[in-house]
Amino acid sequence: MRLVIPLMITFVAGMIMILQFFVPATQPMGDNLQEWYMIVSSAAIFLGAANLITVHVHKIRFKARNWKYSPITLIGFAVMIITGLVFGIEADLPFDYLFQQMVAPMAATMFSLLAFFVASAAFRAFRASNWRASLLLVSAFVVMLGRVPIGSMIWNKIPIISEWIMQYPNMAGQRAVMIGAAMGMIATSLRMIFGIERSYLGGAD
Amino acid sequence: MSWEVIGIWLGALLSLCLYSFLYKDNPFYKFAEHLFVGMSAGYWVIYAIMNVLVPNWWQKLVPLEGGFQPIWLVPGVLSLFMLFRLIPKLAGLSRLSLALIVGTGAGISITAMLQTRALAQVNGTIIALGQGGGWFDWVSNIIMVTGVVCGLVYFFFSKSHTGVFGGAANVGITLLMVAFGASFGYTVMARISLLIGQTQFLLFEWLPTMGIHL
Amino acid sequence: MATFIEKLGNLDRRVIFVLMALAVIIPLALRMNLPIPIDKGPSKNLFDAIDALPEGSRVLISFDYDPSTMPELQPMAVALSQHLMTRDIRIVSLALWPMGVSLGNEALSAVGDSLGKEEYVDWVNLGYKIGGGVLIVRMGSDIQSVFPTDYGGNPVDEMPVMQGVNKLGDLDMIISLSAGDPGIETWIMMAGDRYNIAVGGGCTAVSAPQLYPYLSTGQLIGLLGGLKGAGDYETMVRIGVENPPPGIAIAGMAAQSVAHLVIMLFIIIGNIAYLSEKKRKGGAK
Repeated sequence: MRLVIPLMITFVAGMIMILQFFVPATQPMGDNLQEWYMIVSSAAIFLGAANLITVHVHKIRFKARNWKYSPITLIGFAVMIITGLVFGIEADLPFDYLFQQMVAPMAATMFSLLAFFVASAAFRAFRASNWRASLLLVSAFVVMLGRVPIGSMIWNKIPIISEWIMQYPNMAGQRAVMIGAAMGMIATSLRMIFGIERSYLGGAD
Repeated sequence: MSWEVIGIWLGALLSLCLYSFLYKDNPFYKFAEHLFVGMSAGYWVIYAIMNVLVPNWWQKLVPLEGGFQPIWLVPGVLSLFMLFRLIPKLAGLSRLSLALIVGTGAGISITAMLQTRALAQVNGTIIALGQGGGWFDWVSNIIMVTGVVCGLVYFFFSKSHTGVFGGAANVGITLLMVAFGASFGYTVMARISLLIGQTQFLLFEWLPTMGIHL
Repeated sequence: MATFIEKLGNLDRRVIFVLMALAVIIPLALRMNLPIPIDKGPSKNLFDAIDALPEGSRVLISFDYDPSTMPELQPMAVALSQHLMTRDIRIVSLALWPMGVSLGNEALSAVGDSLGKEEYVDWVNLGYKIGGGVLIVRMGSDIQSVFPTDYGGNPVDEMPVMQGVNKLGDLDMIISLSAGDPGIETWIMMAGDRYNIAVGGGCTAVSAPQLYPYLSTGQLIGLLGGLKGAGDYETMVRIGVENPPPGIAIAGMAAQSVAHLVIMLFIIIGNIAYLSEKKRKGGAK
């Protein structure tokens, strides 16, 4: 019973969106709903932030593992909030400065670490253990060479072969995955709208 | 020392702290990691307030030109319900907000998925068969169409992969392996590009602040 | 007994890390430059499509990425802005990822200042909104209901650059610089196919293979894939320009080449070690 109202909201919201696509007269109903969606979704960001604070305060309070680093997270969070609210977010102001000089290099570095791990993984795990794995390896080599200038310096046909792999075998595989996944997503969406799939509401009753 | 140089040093030192993880996990890495998480979360919250809540909710609820639009209380209340997830006794109310998000998202994606990913792609595959060009293009298109059909067969698990069906699934997985190889090549390229970007920053922005020009 | 090549197969990961770092640092430090040949392909298609737009056209750039993919996408943002602004095309920008706002601003203001273009007249950054596809659909009927102000809170309806831009259909092209979802696919689905607007873009190399099906159907008019795509675009933008600004992506392509060769070498050594071990163990049986 406690799920009836949420299920009705899901059904009505979903049907309005579908109708809006086919029946232009229903456009205004959908317009409001879309703007509300934006506002309610933004609450997820606050939920995430509140969760982050709770976790770290909890870690400090109970002196959990690595708790000494938790104040750094909280201070970093507070500094961004204060500079953003006090000075604003426009370019060349403290908030933007902190983003450009600290957040951006940290994010870029964090993900650039993956270059080292992909090299290590390629060395240890990329094995031509059967003919299909060998095919995967050959395809990867051709594409890796074809996408960099040195490929065409080795043999000027490598970029052409690489582009052919991308446009035909790669596209065939990607398209099959895409069509299959689309069917799955359409089915799941329909199940949600009609109340068959309820796991997102946290229960089946 | 200018703010610009201080900024470059901040970025460089934090980057080096993070790179120290390559040797092993250590306090410098943990410091930068925790700082990054906190500052990123702060950035997201500020943008959610300044770019979403203020212009798209508050200024519609209480317009600058005066008046009060009570209809905008609805998304406000639903947003509040979402935050109730943190309070176990009231967490059930967040289902109403989730229902709105899921319903709207599902409704909009059904038509979009059908139009963009299913129909347009099936159409593109069929049209390819009738496209002109030389014999090489024709063979290439046949490979592509065979790949799409056999790839779909491979993903169809309601029938056992034996006989003709199994043969088609085998062709499908073979072409999928070529596609995965291409994806692997591109993934390697992406990861290295990220390293190149940060190395350029350290070599050509940070080192010059110490008088080292490469 | 393990052979030398098998021992090589068990190399400490830190040695691999050092070799990888050297493969990137040395070509960059030596300022190695390799020519980037421009053939017909997705990068050229995007360049040609933008080149065919008449002066005064309006193009939307969506900065759908964050600093984690900045090395690939930021050079694209700069090169695309240079191309659009030199052709006197107005740029309306926004971001489906919050950090894309600051990165987009950095690119647009730097290029705009260098070419004497004015914010709010020649370009504007509308800022970030959450909601991905849903907000795009809403923009299809009314942009200002989603973006009543720009990212700094300035009212959009007073801006010269926004005159005549009320809905997505008023734009001549949409370019999404995308690191994932929401990104190019969202724009194709919710704007390109739904409102029949030309969509082009740039993406990280990771997601480029997945977008090829859209290129063949014409749902995507052109695509810059990873640093290679950025390098292609920088090269094309520099053709015929006297004293062009240094290309960030072009400078990185030599290092990219060497690093690819090193990784391929790693894979070959790893496989020789694997086969050698397999043969030895097979023989022992």
